This record gives sequence, C-alpha cells and structure tokens, in this order.
Amino acid sequence: MTAFLQSIMGRLPIGWLQLSYSKTRLAAAIAGVSFANILVFVQLGLLGSMNASIIKSYNVFDADIMISATDANTMTEGGNVARQWMFQALSFDEVISGAPLFVGIAMWSSPTGDTALQTFGVDPIRVDFLAPSIAKTVTNLTLLDTAVMDRKARGLTPEVAAGIRPHSPYRFETAGRTLTVTQTFEGGAGFAADGYMFVSDQTFLRLFGKRKSGAPNHILLKVAPNASVAEVVTKLKTVLPVDQLRIRSFMDAAREDQKYQMTQKPVGLIFGFGVVIGVLVGIVIVYQVLSTDVADHLSEYATFKAMGYGQSFFLSVVFEEAIILAVLGFGPGILISMAMYKFLAAMTFLPLQMTIATALMVFFGTLAACSISGAIATRRLVGADPADLF
Amino acid sequence: MKNPLSSPVVIKNLNHWFGSGEARKQALYDVDLTIEKGSITVLMGPSGSGKTTVLTLMGCLRDVQDGSVELLGNELHGSSENLNVALRRKIGFIFQAHNLHKSLTATQNVMMGLQVHGQTRNQKAYLEAAHHMLKLVGLGDRMDYLPENLSGGQKQRVAVARALVDNPEIVFADEPTAALDKESGLNVVQMLKDLGKQRGTTTILVTHDDRILGLADRIITLEDGRIVKDIRP
Repeated sequence: MTAFLQSIMGRLPIGWLQLSYSKTRLAAAIAGVSFANILVFVQLGLLGSMNASIIKSYNVFDADIMISATDANTMTEGGNVARQWMFQALSFDEVISGAPLFVGIAMWSSPTGDTALQTFGVDPIRVDFLAPSIAKTVTNLTLLDTAVMDRKARGLTPEVAAGIRPHSPYRFETAGRTLTVTQTFEGGAGFAADGYMFVSDQTFLRLFGKRKSGAPNHILLKVAPNASVAEVVTKLKTVLPVDQLRIRSFMDAAREDQKYQMTQKPVGLIFGFGVVIGVLVGIVIVYQVLSTDVADHLSEYATFKAMGYGQSFFLSVVFEEAIILAVLGFGPGILISMAMYKFLAAMTFLPLQMTIATALMVFFGTLAACSISGAIATRRLVGADPADLF
Repeated sequence: MKNPLSSPVVIKNLNHWFGSGEARKQALYDVDLTIEKGSITVLMGPSGSGKTTVLTLMGCLRDVQDGSVELLGNELHGSSENLNVALRRKIGFIFQAHNLHKSLTATQNVMMGLQVHGQTRNQKAYLEAAHHMLKLVGLGDRMDYLPENLSGGQKQRVAVARALVDNPEIVFADEPTAALDKESGLNVVQMLKDLGKQRGTTTILVTHDDRILGLADRIITLEDGRIVKDIRP
C-alpha cells in the first residue's frame, strides 16, 4: 500500500503512514466512516424504494394525460372528479380516448394479518389504458367480484400466489364481499399500501359503497399519435375549470406525486433528514479523527515547517488522510448496506435496490464530506509553530 | 535569492523582545556576530541568555524585529514567508528532542530531508541517498526501524542524517547531545565536524554540554542577551 501510494503521489504517503501507525485508531476511523455510509445508504435506499413504489402505481397504466381534483397530490389522495369533464375533454380532436380511474384501499384479513390493498377500479374493456403486462390479466374482470392481485403483496405467500390461475382461483373476503382472484401480476408493497389489486369499476363501486360511478378519482386520457401532450394540456386548461381540476401530463403527475411525497409528507422528510444526519455524522467522525491526528503530530509538523515544508504540503497530508478514510470506509459501508437492503427487503417487501447511481453518489459524497472534515481540521495546523521546537 | 557569501551568517545590532505592553521583555541587546563558512560555532550561556533566540532568528523561525540578520546573503529583517521557506530548505536543523516522525522509519525520516524540494516520480534516488546517509552515521543495520525501536543515540544520529542528507549550507543544532551519554554525544558532534569538513557545511550549535567544546572552532558565550565572550580555542 505504501509503495503504491508513493508511486502515484510522488512523495512519501505521510497521511497513510500516520493513519496506519495506529491500527486501532485506523480501524475505529474506518468503522466510523462505514457507519455513516450505512446510515446514508439505508436512508437513500428507503427514499429510493418510496420513489419506486410511487412510480410503480403509475407504471401499471398507459395514459398521456391525467385529470384529478385540485387536492389530489398523490394517486390515492384528494377528492373526486366529475366524469363529465372526460366527455368534455373528448370533444377535442386531439383526445382520442378517455377512461375513469377509481382508487381505494381495500382491507384484507390475510393469513399473516391485515393487508391493505391499493385497489384500482378500471373499465375491463378499456385495456389500452393499462400497461401491457396488466392488460393481458384483466380479461376476467368483466365478471363481477373478480380481481387481479399483486403476487408480491404482503400477506400473499409465494406458494399461494404461484397457484392462482383462472381454473384454480384464490378467494378472499373484503368489505363484506368475496372476491375471486383469477390472475396475478408483479407489483410490490409500498408506503401507501401492502400491494395492489385491479377490479372492474363495477366491482369497485360494490366494494366501496359510498363511491359514485360519475365521480372517479382520476380521468385518464390518450391523445392522437401526432398530437403534443403539452399542447393538449394547455388547450384543456382553457376550457376545463382549472380552479376545480389539476390537468397534467401523466408523467408530470407521477413526478409531482414523487416530489410531494419527498418534500411534503413526513416519511419523505424523515428519510431526507436521515441522509443529512448520516452525512453530518460522517463529517464529525472524520473531523474528530483528523483533528486528533493533526494535534498528535503538531510537533512533527512544526519540524517539517522548520525544514522548509510549506502550508500546501500539510494540507495535502490532511486531505490524503481524508481521502484514504473515505475510500477505506466506503468498501465495508457498501457491503454491509447491501446486506441490510436484502434483509429489509425481505422483512418489508419494499423494493430496496443498490443502484450504481446511488453507490457512486454516496462514494463521491463520502469523498466530499471527508474533504470538508479535512478542510476544517487543517485549521489546527496553524498551531504548528517551528519556533516552539526550541 | 542572492548567492551565499563567504560568511553565511552576518548579524548586526540585533535586538529582540518577547511579549507586549508592560510584560514586554528584551531578550537580545545589540548583538553583532559574523560566522565563518565551514566552521563549528558553539553558542553557550545560562538558560534565558538568548542563545536559542539567536538560533531561531538565524534559522528564519522568528521574525527579526530590530537590527539585521543576513543568512546566506539574504536579509531576514522584513523577509517574506516565501523567502523564509526557501532559506529553510538550505538549512539543516537538529533538535534536542530529535523530533523524528514516529510513523516513519529511519529511512523515511531521512527522505523527508530531500522530499522538501518537491514531489518526484524518482523516489529511488531519494531512497538511495537516505540509505547512504544512514550508513554514514552508522545506522546501516537500522534503516527500516521506527524511532520507537531506536535508542536515544540512534535517534539523534537519524536526526543528524536527516539534517545533512540534502547537503545543507548551514546546520543549526539545539542541544544535540543533551539526551546522549558522553561517548554518543562526542560521536554526534565529531560526525557533524567530519561531515562539515567534507562538505564545507557551517554548523552552529547551542549547548550546555562542556564535553563537546574541544571540537568547536569558536565558542561564543551569551549572558542576559549580550555576547560576553567570544573565543577561538
């Protein structure tokens, strides 16, 4: 290691030699950086899983424009929309089709406990508004009290899910009715619910007795292939009452949902705060290590000053230490985090995944945090006065 | 930077104070001193006499307040930090407490005396020079030892090697024999004298140690900030 660093730095790797001189302190410093990395990774993982689960509820559909109530900040929140606006939107040549979307949470007393299923009530004939993977499963929904269920929902064991077929359906009770599940699709648990379920709009209205057929949660629209979604949205806003409706492209709706949940909802804020705390913990730990190291070597630094070493040399030593700690701490940090992701995903069914982007972001963030710590620690170097050596 | 003159150190009317206000105390009074190139000069005197202050002023480690100190042809009164750093690179310092870097081996400590001139891909040349110097001071068999595994005398010899490895034009040594027994102390000073003769290095030594006076070319005694005796044995 010393020879390698010496060859790339063109000088003795004083920082590394100082760090490795005290193995216990080095191990503690690496553990500290790794701990901060794990904190950040876990919080980012949870944030990422929240984002992924939000997007998932949009990815099961195929639409260009979504019309919602003004308070519909997420797919599941907000009031209803009068279906008449869909018909008015269809009066535009560029709008080629529309479909109402009902959204509700159905509670299921599953074998493993209560399970909340985010339930979408759709027109089973209008499969063009569904993602292809979903569209092929909903043909049986024309039958009343039939459902397509998320095979990754909490409460549905993999064995039971694997056995669900149209000729070997799974039945369960919810809202006082018995639903027959004839097909499954791959969804996954999220922060709003334990899984997803598709039913026909007619079954939905029976499950949620207070809901009216003329007042869905959202209206989905498709525009002509050669039409611009943004331009159609602008046109719709000139005709439909924008004080009562949110008219957005479907992609914008998904992005705004993510942004809202990340910045306005407590869960998103808590995870974001957790990332900040992790970074601060890392900065404090590395600062403490570097600051103590500088203090311990003050007389040696003063000796080097007397020998003619300039301030840039001392800064380079401290930054060398910061970068070494960042690199050495990152390795165990990411490995332990990946193990924790697996554990948490198995326990919570949340889609926790270590992506290259997250890994790179945390790595460079660690380098930056360690450099900040190093920059603060270098203030102690001014105490290295060579005249004090005599 | 000017070329060094035949007198590497010329001091004129040097006064120095410590503290400020009512606590301000004068440490040096009108000191005049010229050091000859290649000589070994010993500064003696009781504690508080000002010898270490003179040494630190000559070594660019303190700012000259009043009077003139010329080091290697450069005036230090009002000198810039850049000039001070550049001059320090031409000086070899030997400290009473060795001040070896505890995380570095003997070889690496000596290499630090060379590396001050900047980074280089050719670390091999530095390594060979450090090994050569350590062999000269009799530590050929201790080159990869950390300071904690060396005796006091061996540490001081590493410090000497570090100070001399870059062929400094002048060496400032502060009580280099204080922590050594008589034989080790004489060996260290003899080594300084021999290496100084071979390379034309000027050495200025601050010491209380009477045992090494026989090796000095000049002995200057300070008392209460003034030169009271200047003899050439």
